Amino acid sequence: MSGPAANDATTASSNRVNGGEALIRSLEMEGVEIVFGYPGGAILPVYDPIIDAGLRHVLVRHEQGAGHMAEGYAHATGKPGVCMVTSGPAATNVVTPLADAMLDSVPMVCITGQVALPAIGTDAFQECDTTGITRSVTKHNFLVTRAEDIPRTIREAFHIATTGRPGPVLVDIPKNIVDANNPDAYFEWEWPDDLDLPGYNPNVTPGDADIEAAADLLMQAERPVLYVGGGVLKARGAQALLELAEMTDIPVVTTLMARGAFPDTHELCLGMPGMHGNYTAVTAIQRSDLLIAMGSRFDDRVTGKVGAFAPDAKVIHVDIDPAEHGKVRKPDVSVVGDCRIAMELLNEVLRQRGLPESNPDRSPWKQQVSGWLEKYPLTYQQSKDGELLKPQYVIERLRDLSPSDTIVCSGVGQHQMFASQYWEFNHPYTWINSGGLGTMGFSIPAAIGAKAGMPDRTVWAIDGDGCFQMTAQELVTAAVEKIPVKIALLNNSFLGMVRQWQSLFYEERLSEVHLGYDLPNYVMLAEAMGCVAFRVEDVDEVDDVIAKANEINDRPVVVEFRCHADENVYPMVPAGGSNDDVIVDPSQSALLDADRAAAAAAAATEGTNA
Amino acid sequence: MNRPGDLAHHTLSVLVENKAGVLARVADLFARRGYNIVSLAVAPTDDVAFSRITIVVDVESAPLEQIVKQLFKLINIVEIQELSAFDAVERELMIATIEASTETRTQIVELVNIFEGKILAVGTAAITVSLDGAPSKIDDFETLLHDYGIRDLQRTGRIALPKMDRSVPVLRAVNEA
Repeated sequence: MSGPAANDATTASSNRVNGGEALIRSLEMEGVEIVFGYPGGAILPVYDPIIDAGLRHVLVRHEQGAGHMAEGYAHATGKPGVCMVTSGPAATNVVTPLADAMLDSVPMVCITGQVALPAIGTDAFQECDTTGITRSVTKHNFLVTRAEDIPRTIREAFHIATTGRPGPVLVDIPKNIVDANNPDAYFEWEWPDDLDLPGYNPNVTPGDADIEAAADLLMQAERPVLYVGGGVLKARGAQALLELAEMTDIPVVTTLMARGAFPDTHELCLGMPGMHGNYTAVTAIQRSDLLIAMGSRFDDRVTGKVGAFAPDAKVIHVDIDPAEHGKVRKPDVSVVGDCRIAMELLNEVLRQRGLPESNPDRSPWKQQVSGWLEKYPLTYQQSKDGELLKPQYVIERLRDLSPSDTIVCSGVGQHQMFASQYWEFNHPYTWINSGGLGTMGFSIPAAIGAKAGMPDRTVWAIDGDGCFQMTAQELVTAAVEKIPVKIALLNNSFLGMVRQWQSLFYEERLSEVHLGYDLPNYVMLAEAMGCVAFRVEDVDEVDDVIAKANEINDRPVVVEFRCHADENVYPMVPAGGSNDDVIVDPSQSALLDADRAAAAAAAATEGTNA
Repeated sequence: MNRPGDLAHHTLSVLVENKAGVLARVADLFARRGYNIVSLAVAPTDDVAFSRITIVVDVESAPLEQIVKQLFKLINIVEIQELSAFDAVERELMIATIEASTETRTQIVELVNIFEGKILAVGTAAITVSLDGAPSKIDDFETLLHDYGIRDLQRTGRIALPKMDRSVPVLRAVNEA
């Protein structure tokens, strides 16, 4: 990570530093360009050297925002996101982003202030057991006890966060060791040449025998599917994946964490699998005889009922984290290593075996898959005259009127699923969302972080009215810091996904899900926070307002789209149900019922004949 | 009854960096993922930079493979050895205070002698004894003591090291014979 700045700092004439200066210098050595943070008592001494530092500090409005901004930055740029906050309540406020980054394997370093060492354990003001609280939501955490340990600890933190399976690392720093007034906080600056991590040695390069075994299974398969997860993006493996898929002519599904890892408009792309996946993606997995799980982890939102998931499929599992192998589904071939390296090795082996020319003929499978694609596309009914907007329509128009490399962020709920379904992701790192933890309020701060890291790209946050109200105050940050993100607020006046579940599984007994269209007044609220704001209620206005929003590049923009309250996300596999029982859009259910009856009759006949 | 000497349990010998909070990380991981610890013993090794944690795990609570893989993800864990009773030397220490009237005292002393234990203290109505050895031996001793009435009993949990010369087939054959 150490860039050109490395040499300048080590050869600086004044080598005597205090802990606070050492911390900032260490961040510079790691190539950190931007820190999302919020000062306070215990971290105060570190905020003094920040004034003279060669990095940008973005002052957030809530520490949770700092964490999600660091995540958004990391998702968009591939570089570790950095946030810095004080002790106690600030540290507990970053627990949510840390847990989010842990579940979605986001490289992130979080620095927290801590009360002075002698005060630790005395229930001092703004003291909490930060390393204890964050132990299970970080890949690793440190409590630094000596100023001279700061450079090494920061170096180790960045190394752990960015290598192997990436994740969040927290460094807790007591106030006295960064205090410029404490003589014991001074030491001779030295940037460590090597790391002292005897227990950390991630397995990056897969074994040759495993790659050969994977190639064997792949050549034998008649109905293979590439089940691609976020690990491919973390490994910067999109190009290797494209090569693998095209050479083998195997259809690809991209999970919620992997949207964009494979172009949606590619003929081999079947879209997203899982609870709200495309019918074809879900069904192709169910009928497959070989799943090539590439950086995916058999999440319950993908598998549904595990025992009924892809019942006839053998599994090749490629993942850098050994603990994911066999955690949910026992693989037939286990390839432990970096997805990009694994795919490059596999591509080479397959070429040696004569691919693409000697590719097995799988035309019956391809025909079956394309039949599903044709029969069961994603669909919705456009709103009738006088009705409010359909969220799917809004997303389609946003998609078509924005640059193709637009970065899309989302919160959690119906709008997230609609965004994942209806946007066409044709570039990696253009889709940023909270997949594993499902953190409402993720999108606005994540979009700010993404835009801060990729200032030349258009960044749209697609948000719901529930999510918006959780973190909207960060729009002040965006306005003040001149980070011009755009928010498409799909206001349906409800916690839509909860309402959907109550409609389908609680006999339409709606409980505590109505938020209301008019309170708050989103346009006034957005304007009060320094944004340009629009409200759209009519289909005819949609395109004009999106075009206007796309032209504004000096301030954040909020567009409130008033959406139909009764829209459900389809397809849907009920929680814990089998993927075979996927529910499609009501307009397609008669067709699907007929198909299922025909398949059952055919199976019965086959049984009788046998 | 879950007893440390049960062969169904599995012993993990875990070499860790001797750093603050490592034991808490291990304990947290077991708690968070619902794995059961039967016993646990921790002490520094001959190298002050490392400690060894001997954990007896209940392999019925989770597959051993998952437990080992999740443990190994902890940054401070350097090495994990899975030890079965057959390829490890295992020892445990137990001390117990037993009800001992004048009638039963000699019987208990006799038992202690048979098991090559020690008498630590003798009172008018009780006796405190200690025994070290293989966990299964301690299980047996404990069972026999039950008839007399146990006031207090404490076991250290198992510590274990791999047997030497595990690769020499002749020795293994001799052991099994």
